[in-house]
Amino acid sequence: MNSTVPAIRISGLTKSYGETEVLHGIDLEFASGEVTCLIGPSGSGKSTLLRCIAFLEEATNGLISIEGEALGFAMGPGGNRIRLPQAEVRAVRSRIGMVFQQFNLWPHMTALGNVAEALVTVRGMSRSDAEARATRELERVGLGHRAGHYPAQLSGGQQQRVAIARALALDPRIMLFDEPTSSLDPELTGEVLNVMRQLADDGMTMLVVSHEIGFAASVGSKIVFLDQGKVLLEGSPTEVFGKPRHPRIDQFLDTYLDRGAATLI
Amino acid sequence: MSFDLSIIWQNLPDILAGFWTTCWLWAVSTAGGIVLGFLVAVARRYGGRLIASVLGVYVAIMRGTPFLVQIFLLYYGGPFIGISLTETPTGLIGLVIYGAAYFSEVFRAGFEAVPVGHIEAAECVGLTRWQTVRRILLPEMALLVLPPSVNIAVILIKETAVLSTITVPELTMVTSVIGSQYYAFVEALTLLALFYWFLVEVTGRAGRWAEAKLSRYRFAN
Ligand SMILES: Nc1ncnc2c1ncn2[C@@H]1O[C@H](COP(=O)(O)OP(=O)(O)O)[C@@H](O)[C@H]1O
Ligand SMILES: [Mg+2]
Repeated sequence: MNSTVPAIRISGLTKSYGETEVLHGIDLEFASGEVTCLIGPSGSGKSTLLRCIAFLEEATNGLISIEGEALGFAMGPGGNRIRLPQAEVRAVRSRIGMVFQQFNLWPHMTALGNVAEALVTVRGMSRSDAEARATRELERVGLGHRAGHYPAQLSGGQQQRVAIARALALDPRIMLFDEPTSSLDPELTGEVLNVMRQLADDGMTMLVVSHEIGFAASVGSKIVFLDQGKVLLEGSPTEVFGKPRHPRIDQFLDTYLDRGAATLI
Repeated sequence: MSFDLSIIWQNLPDILAGFWTTCWLWAVSTAGGIVLGFLVAVARRYGGRLIASVLGVYVAIMRGTPFLVQIFLLYYGGPFIGISLTETPTGLIGLVIYGAAYFSEVFRAGFEAVPVGHIEAAECVGLTRWQTVRRILLPEMALLVLPPSVNIAVILIKETAVLSTITVPELTMVTSVIGSQYYAFVEALTLLALFYWFLVEVTGRAGRWAEAKLSRYRFAN
């Protein structure tokens, strides 16, 4: 793999819902192995951007490429965007794993069933091979002993770790996290952040939307600050959080964070 | 006039044949209605705007008109548009398309009750639309759609009696013929009520049993 090819390249991306444009021309690149934290006020378009990269939403304009390969749309000869065939979309998408704020585990399957499902239905593995693999992924997130539990029998933190294992089982090259700890009780965020920290140490390319500034500052190699559908700032944690700060960052830290977290920086 | 059980006894073979006809008409039309109703719900969800609105009209008509009228139109009106069927196939087809309209509404509500995030999670790990329907949507909504489906099945049991109006030899037809032959309406109607009540009771019990079996999966988030 050519290391100069970015893991994700976003160019000129806009997204509108009806008449309202919510992302106004985003240009970003994320290097392989890099952990990027995407921050910004509520409604600034963080989820929308992540969902476009996961191809859960189709960008209105602009292009996204994953490890050099076009996602969903490519530039045609006449400079117009052309839609790529479904098979190609699936192939490129399979390199991306997504973790949601609401976990989104399937309630009728055990932890093991959730992780093994796509290995069987999508990858065509035998049930026993898939379960062996799923067991390893559950052990990796510290939940080997909870394999037979249904989601409702697990704490929020455990559910989110199962959701991470479910994504990891498919060997993604890139992991996207949309506020993975925001619906957890404070005492449960640590276990999820630890798993994510471990994943970062293992060299996973990660794009994390989070208000956990402590995590962003210590694990993130890069911070992107999104404001009203535009990239306001990007840089290393020290560049973005260090003084002198951009007034919007100051305002953001004041509004969205307790002072305790801000002093970690 | 006394309650004369011997009339029933004498005609038992005919009555049982009628009961059997009712049973299989009901079982086949319920199964057919579930399958067709499911397909209608899937087509309304994924088939685009035109298909969705055409099927919406079908459902509205089926639910908005009496089954008796529908079956008359199919039986007596069918030949005008080149569909000439004998009584029993007409009755069966009529029941299936009538039941399917109700079943499709149940499935539609079931689909809508599954959180969008569960479907997106499936999409993210690469499940196709059909795999998502089969592996995620159907099992997740099973418990939710079961009680209303049992209700519709029960309604269909009783709607089979309407088929006597186009002379399908089912239970109501057979017993009312016997009733008027022997002038024994009370006996005939009592028996009729008992048979239907028996079927309804069995169906209700089967439904509750299935619900109990399924509810061990009920671990809602
Ligand atoms: N499905 C949608 N339809 C219409 N507007 C939407 C939709 N999703 C998001 N938006 C709007 O897009 C903007 C960005 O939302 P979002 O990406 O969720 O922000 P964030 O994740 O940063 O809080 C908001 O103004 C939101 O109301
Ligand atoms: Mg969001």
